[in-house]
Order: sequence, then structure tokens, then C-alpha cells
Amino acid sequence: MSDPSPPSVSLFVTCLADLIRPSVAFASIRLLEQAGCIVDVPVQQTCCGQPGYNSGDYESTVPIAKKTIALFEHAQFVVAPSGSCAGMLTEHYPKLLEGEWQERAIALAEKTYELTSFLADVVKLDKAPAILTQMPTVTYHDSCAGLRELGIKEQPRKLLRELCEVDIKEMQQADVCCGFGGTFCAKMPDISGKMVDDKLRDAVATGAGMITGGDLGCLLNIAGRARREGIDIEVRHVAELLSGDLYSPAIGEGE
Amino acid sequence: MELQSQHFREKAADALADSAAVAQRDKIAQFTPIIRDAAMQEFGSFEALRKHIKRIRQHSLDNLDYYLARFELEATNNGNQVHYADTPDEMNSIVLDICQQHGAHRVAKGKSMVTEETALNDYLQRGGLEVVETDLGEYIIQQAGETPSHIVAPALHKSKQEIRELFLEKHALGERALETTEDLVDEARSVLRETFLKADVGIIGSNALIAENGYSMLVTNEGNGDLCANLPSVLIICTTLDRILPRGEDATAMQRLLARSTTGQAQTSYTSFYSGPRREGELDGPLETHIVLLDNQRTDILASDYKEMLQCIRCGTCLNHCPVFAATGGHSYGWVYSGPMGSILTPLLTSLETSEALPNACTSCGRCGEVCPADIPLPDLLRDLRHEQYQQKMTAPRWRVGLKLHAWLAVRPSLYQFLTAMLTTVLHRLGRKKGSFSQLPFAAGWTSVRDFPAPQSGTFMQQYKARTKADE
Repeated sequence: MSDPSPPSVSLFVTCLADLIRPSVAFASIRLLEQAGCIVDVPVQQTCCGQPGYNSGDYESTVPIAKKTIALFEHAQFVVAPSGSCAGMLTEHYPKLLEGEWQERAIALAEKTYELTSFLADVVKLDKAPAILTQMPTVTYHDSCAGLRELGIKEQPRKLLRELCEVDIKEMQQADVCCGFGGTFCAKMPDISGKMVDDKLRDAVATGAGMITGGDLGCLLNIAGRARREGIDIEVRHVAELLSGDLYSPAIGEGE
Repeated sequence: MELQSQHFREKAADALADSAAVAQRDKIAQFTPIIRDAAMQEFGSFEALRKHIKRIRQHSLDNLDYYLARFELEATNNGNQVHYADTPDEMNSIVLDICQQHGAHRVAKGKSMVTEETALNDYLQRGGLEVVETDLGEYIIQQAGETPSHIVAPALHKSKQEIRELFLEKHALGERALETTEDLVDEARSVLRETFLKADVGIIGSNALIAENGYSMLVTNEGNGDLCANLPSVLIICTTLDRILPRGEDATAMQRLLARSTTGQAQTSYTSFYSGPRREGELDGPLETHIVLLDNQRTDILASDYKEMLQCIRCGTCLNHCPVFAATGGHSYGWVYSGPMGSILTPLLTSLETSEALPNACTSCGRCGEVCPADIPLPDLLRDLRHEQYQQKMTAPRWRVGLKLHAWLAVRPSLYQFLTAMLTTVLHRLGRKKGSFSQLPFAAGWTSVRDFPAPQSGTFMQQYKARTKADE
């Protein structure tokens, strides 16, 4: 009997990885390939439409959702290095759309995954692409959409521990939002600032040298506030850690 | 209570500037989810029971006309007088009329958010009555001339020291230490005992109206509701018509999650069922009982897309789990209800425009929806309110323009990628050395509290396309 054909994955890059931190998307490709997947990147993709959707502009989000569905629905699997973007595709496109498009949204939702849950639960990655000898102690920030919409909690921790032998120090109130909230952080900066201060306080209290997590939105917020306050803690996306990429400057760090 | 929700942002900024209050709120925000989680873990079947409660609540609301008629019939047969009030003013005037018919001077009141909604106390006081709140938290804020900061724990914002100073000032009881919590509670108890004994009318709220027997259920931890209900000769129950449940067992099913959700208790200290006035041969209880059922927009909500909000059992758990509520406190919301449920109810009961900030005071973190014992999709309802605001052009013009432009570009990949590549190239060159920006002209909201991390060199799409080309 011949080996089954390798899983084929279309990467949903996410706009934040595309624009601010491409290393996250390249790390995702390395991890998926390490897991034996054939990865393609549909180059017509842009953004999942969350900024408008969460701000109440449902009408403008509909064409974005349809475009994304049309672009990705032929994939065997769709994987995004973000719980909130994956959640937008799986939880919110079906709510937003109606009729035939809703059916297509549900079909897409059934094969769409957040990166760490795909690696841990579906393709069962058992070896990291590169192992770093000096892995820092990290604390893991659970992003809200990943945690509550997709149930992602153990998967990234399991991968970090088992594949990279990373020591994870859990922070207090790990299930509380970091204050990013998409446009919320710019609409209500004072409240958002207080929330991210609490997150940083709990992260620093663990003694870990690095905060990692699965969503760039939260990580940009946390890193940005750490820089503003002069708090010395590295912030990196979990895909970078898992793929062994600690060479590029951490989020918000200079070259 | 006067609507102040248009000042949410200013009130929140003030709340965040008070460091002692911030520290107290932080402590409470850490503590309340822990006791709730522990109670649910011990209980074991939260998900199953909340699905059950949701079904009961939906069924009751879908058949509200039937169950209300049944409740009215049973309650009337038990000797109660049932009144309907469309508006807050109607409820207030019905209550004042009853008090005046009995020549009442003093009213002892149990905790009731509905009467906060209608500002009943002010109304009765203007009518010449003396009204005393008897729930300890409500009593404290009444003495302080404040409003509730939490629907279940109205004086949550007050420290022990503040309460001590308040009592020393308000109670003419001479020199005393009043150092411990027990001292404070004992003093309030002895003062309130007089109130119960002197009151002509008792007013309480209701957690559930039971259609099959016409009973009204009330849960308290202090027993003050029972004293309000049983000592004065007239009892008035003020509630809203959406509290209706078909059967007694539905009310007790709800009770199983209510206290666990809020205080982590398996059961409140008192769960009382009021059937009606004193019957022949009975030694105590009120001689006359009234049940006033307020609508105030509930039937409109029932017919709207926000119907699920009526499933709310007023446990306050969404407040306890909301990080925005924890940061700002309940008073910032500017009306009776606060936290996620308040950010939905206030616009629905008052004005979406005046309370514009409330549905936006949400990070969509989903924690409220996760713990809601009535399984209300609170984050969805909050987003739907933002949708309505967007449609009615209440969203700030600069946001509307920005979001429209983003959405327009997002379906034009070539232009989107060209422009984003240009923008990130500039930002990368300017920011690569320092790694982040402390100020950016188009992201003032972001950079007012945090730096903006500089992009890496070249967008992913630029780099990926270049690599694929090189491979070919």
C-alpha cells in the first residue's frame, strides 16, 4: 500500500503578519512543511475583514468574506497563524453570510484551523524544524478568540514543551484579555492601557524572559506597551519560537 | 436614575485616575471569577444546566402572553392585586397611589434594580414618604447619596473605611470604635431593625414570577427581603414582566446557577416564595399585597433582534468577568446597569445615541458569553449594537472613513499590496533602528499609550512573490 498523499495547506497569512511581521508567516510555512504538508499561499489574499466587522460595518465585510471564501474554498486545509483570524473564518463568516454563501462559509470553516491547533491536533507535528540550544523561559499569552472561540490552550504549550523543551511559566489571570480588542485599543486607549499594564505585570511576575502567543494583534499591543514603559521582556509569536527563529529582532526591538 | 452614559469616557478616565479604587477593583476582579469557577467545578454540570435554563427562558418569553395571563390568574386567586405599568412613571405612580391609599409615611425597601430604573425612591420622597433601603449595600449607598456600582453588590466600590466614616457621620450614636466588618454590620442591623418595625409599606423586587402558582421568588443573603415582605401591613412587589417562568422547578433550576455564578454560593442564605396576603387563621404576613409588572421596552425588545437579552437572570457574572468593567467600575457606565449586560440593556432601555460609548466599551474577548448562566450571546449582541450605530451613522466620521477605505482596499489585492508595501517600506526605514514608534500621525489612539512596533523589511507578499519568482 502506498503512503497517503501529503496534506495540502493553503496559508492564510493574516494582514498583521503580512505587513508588520512576515517572519511569522515564513515560520508557519517551515512548520507546516516540517509536518509534511505541501503549502501554498494564495497571493490574492488581503485581510479577513475583522476591523470593519467588529466595528459594526457588516455591509463592507460581506464582499471581503466572499472574496476570501472564493480564494480558499478549493484548499484541502486552510491554516492561519492567528486564533482571531481563524475564528473570523470559522465562527463569524457563517453568521455574517446568508444562503448559498453561508453554506460555502460553513464548508470553509470545517477545514480552517489556527496554526498551533493544526500542528498539534491534525498533522501531529513531532519534530521541530530546528532546535535552539538556548531556549528562554517563556510565559504564554492566550488570545481571547483562540481560547474561547477555538478552544486553543494546550496545543501551543504542548508543542513548545515537547518539541522545543521550552520551560513555560504560567501567569496569573492568563484567560483575561490584554486590552487589544482590535479597534478598541485605539478607541478607548486609557482602558486598553490599564488592561495591558495588568497583563505585563502578571507576565513579568512569572520571571520569564519572553512573552509568546499565537496572535500578532495582542503581541503588538503587549510589546508596544512594554517598549513605552521600558519593561525589559521579549515578545515573539509562537510560530517563530517553534520554528527556531530567534534571530530577527523581537517585536518592537531595534536592529 | 438620570442617564449619564454619554460621559462614559470621562467617567472611565476619572475612575482610572483613582489609584486606591483601582487597586480595590483589581482585587475584586481577581477574586470573583475564582469563587465562581470553584462553585461551578464542584457543581459539575454548568453547561447542561445553562442550556436547560436558556430553553426555559426562551420558552417563557416566546409564550409570555400565556404565562402572564396564567400568573395573573393564580396570583389574583391567592389574594394579590396585579398591576401592569407600561412606563417607569406609571409604576411609580401606581406605587405612590397604594402608599397614599393606606396613609403610609414610611417605606422599607428591599433591593430592586427595577426601582432604580424607575427612580422610585425619588418619586416617593417627592410624594412625602420616607423611604429606607434595607439591603446593606443599598443602605450604604443611600446614606452616601450614591447609585449602585454593581447590580448584585451595589456598594462594591466602597471601602470598609469609607463605610465606617459614613456610619459615624450619619448615625447619631455617640463615640464608638466601629473598627471591624462585624461592628459595621451590627450597627446597620440595629438601625434597620427600627425601620422594619415602623414601616407602613414594604417594597421588594423579584427574581422569578412563577406562572403555575402565582408565587414570586426572591433570593437574598441578608433576609431583609423577608422582613420587608412580612412586617409591614402592605407589601408591593415591583418587577418586570420578563421575570416570568412556567413552573416552580424552573425557578429553582435557575436558582442553582444564580448564586453559584455570582457569589460562588450553592444557595443564597434566603430563598423565599411569596404567595400573597395573610390568610385567615395565619398569625403574620402582610394584610394586602400588590404585584406591579413593568414593561418599559421589554415587549419591544422581545420583538427585536435583541430578544435573547431578556433571558438575563441579573446575576452580575458578566460584570465580574468583564475586564473593561474591572478597569472602569460600574459608575462609569452612567446608569443602572453596567458591564456587558448594561452595555446592551442601557441602549435598549434608553437611547443608543446617548449611550453610544457602551457597546464600544468591549474588546470582544468573549469572557462574558462564556460564563453567562442564561447562555446569552453577549459579545454578538454588543457587536450588533455597534452595527446599528454604524448604520445610523453614530460611529465617528474618521472611523467610518478609515474602515470604508480599508474595506475598499481589501477587495482590491493589487492596489492593497502596492500601497501596503510602500507604507511598510517607509515605516521600516524610519523605525528599524529604534524598533518602534512613540508617535504616528495616523495611529494617535494606538500611540497615546503604547509604541507602535516597526514593520520588518518588506511585506510578506513582496518577499514571498520575490522568492517564488527566484525559484522559477
